[in-house]
Amino acid sequence: MINAFIAGILIGIIIPCIGVVVVLRRLSIMGDALSHVSLAGVAAGLVFGINPILSAVVFAVAASLCIERIRKSIPKYGEISTAVIMSVGIGLAAILSGFVTSANFNSFLFGSLVAISPFEKYLIIVLSIVVLAIFLLLYRALFYITFDEESARLAGIPVQPVTIVFTVLTAVTISISSRVVGALVVSSMMVLPVAVSMQIAKSYRQTVIFSVLFSIFYVVLGLFLSFYFNLKPGGTIVMTGVISLIITLLTKNFKGIVKKGA
Amino acid sequence: MRILEVENLSFAYQGNYILKNVNFTVDKGDFVGIIGPNGSGKSTLVKLMLKILIPEKGQIKIIGKDIKKFDGWTKIGYVSQKAGEFNGDFPATVNEIVGASLLANTGIFRKKPADYDQRVYSALKKVGMQDYGNKLIGRLSGGQQQRVFIARVLITEPEIMFLDEPTVGIDAKSEEALYCLLARLNEELGITIIMVTHDIGAITVHANKLICLGEAGVTVHDINEPVTDEFFSEVYGYRVQIHSHQCQNCGHMRQVGCEEC
Ligand SMILES: Nc1ncnc2c1ncn2[C@@H]1O[C@H](COP(=O)(O)OP(=O)(O)OP(=O)(O)O)[C@@H](O)[C@H]1O
Ligand SMILES: [Mg+2]
Ligand SMILES: [Zn+2]
Ligand SMILES: [Zn+2]
Repeated sequence: MINAFIAGILIGIIIPCIGVVVVLRRLSIMGDALSHVSLAGVAAGLVFGINPILSAVVFAVAASLCIERIRKSIPKYGEISTAVIMSVGIGLAAILSGFVTSANFNSFLFGSLVAISPFEKYLIIVLSIVVLAIFLLLYRALFYITFDEESARLAGIPVQPVTIVFTVLTAVTISISSRVVGALVVSSMMVLPVAVSMQIAKSYRQTVIFSVLFSIFYVVLGLFLSFYFNLKPGGTIVMTGVISLIITLLTKNFKGIVKKGA
Repeated sequence: MRILEVENLSFAYQGNYILKNVNFTVDKGDFVGIIGPNGSGKSTLVKLMLKILIPEKGQIKIIGKDIKKFDGWTKIGYVSQKAGEFNGDFPATVNEIVGASLLANTGIFRKKPADYDQRVYSALKKVGMQDYGNKLIGRLSGGQQQRVFIARVLITEPEIMFLDEPTVGIDAKSEEALYCLLARLNEELGITIIMVTHDIGAITVHANKLICLGEAGVTVHDINEPVTDEFFSEVYGYRVQIHSHQCQNCGHMRQVGCEEC
């Protein structure tokens, strides 16, 4: 339980960091594709007796490099290639899951509080810290590229390498999230806190900071609810996020109406 | 001083030639207008000069260096045709966007330069946007956004500024103000300006050189010589008439080609 919280909070911090860039660069499809591939990785791990998080990371990182490779050589088909990789991910996950004997596979779809092994805990801690550190290191370059890629190149930012690194970070984040939050829920968690914080933030920096705070809040509250009502954590976390988005939108519009009326 | 030399430049998209044997030079301090109908290759030409595209044949020299070996890109500013159509919800302040150029390659652990705030302010001041620093970029009008994008380029103190149709979607008054602003930057700071536009009226008032892309290929026109009806009509492929105009703002007086009056 404690382990699930530690892992959940760390994941809660890195998902929205990646999410801000994913939302603003409109890369949600890529997020979806990588989460399905990581699910295939989980299934493969369970079938072949490798740690499923580890194999998910390997699968997703390989897929992310494929996506970048195709995007570089045939930019026109970037979108289609991502869709193809997503299909491969779903297909592989479905087939491999047929060979999984333990009921374990389901817990990776919507997350689980079931005892995380010490190895998994340390894997998640180490990888989260690495992702966060690299994200902060590239924070300014990513901001520039996200806003205007061509000018970023002129300003001397190595756009291609930064983009590749970012895609790999996305892959790692998604894979390590599948254990606690669930692979099918990660892409929503990349969008929800960012969408909420964009309603109220007054700068890019605030957007990032608020997204992280909201995301931690959703994860913690979601894990509690899941624990006390014996629900799947992925579901409670996402629903917390959705409700908070609705509340934010309603209050914002209500304020707008009041202002107009005054 | 020659700041840009284009020699026998040719470029094709998938074997389809857009530019063939283009030759022209730009001197330091020039205000150059690039005009021509849609699809004539204006944006392509600008992207070639910025090394966003690589030419099939020919040579480009920028600030005295072959573009292939040129590494002074921070001295080059670019306001792209797409600048006006960025994601309107982008949650960034004017200050963040203008300052980004100063921080481009530094991690968040590296301190901002000591004169960071001051430079952001003075870049915004040059375009008259100093009071908008903390506003979200999406909340500004099209004309204000365009001025912010120019400030973002100015902050690096460029020697050459490329602008690709910066006046699209801007009302007539803001458009005139933008031309006058560019003319001022050109005269006072000596920045060489190369600008793509469809606005023959305003560009002939303010530029001193026109590069015209048309049916007949590329022609270069020194605007201090009178520009004739026939010349513009040939470039655009339809009748364009010439008469004198004066910019009411800055007093620039030039021969002008108008299609409407
Ligand atoms: N990436 C591309 N791939 C293939 N063809 C292209 C590409 N970009 C532009 N073209 C073609 O090259 C030609 C020149 O395009 P360009 O954008 O340079 O025109 P332009 O003069 O800037 O037009 P506009 O006034 O509409 O901005 C057009 O016919 C266009 O269809
Ligand atoms: Mg164009
Ligand atoms: Zn003027
Ligand atoms: Zn007229």
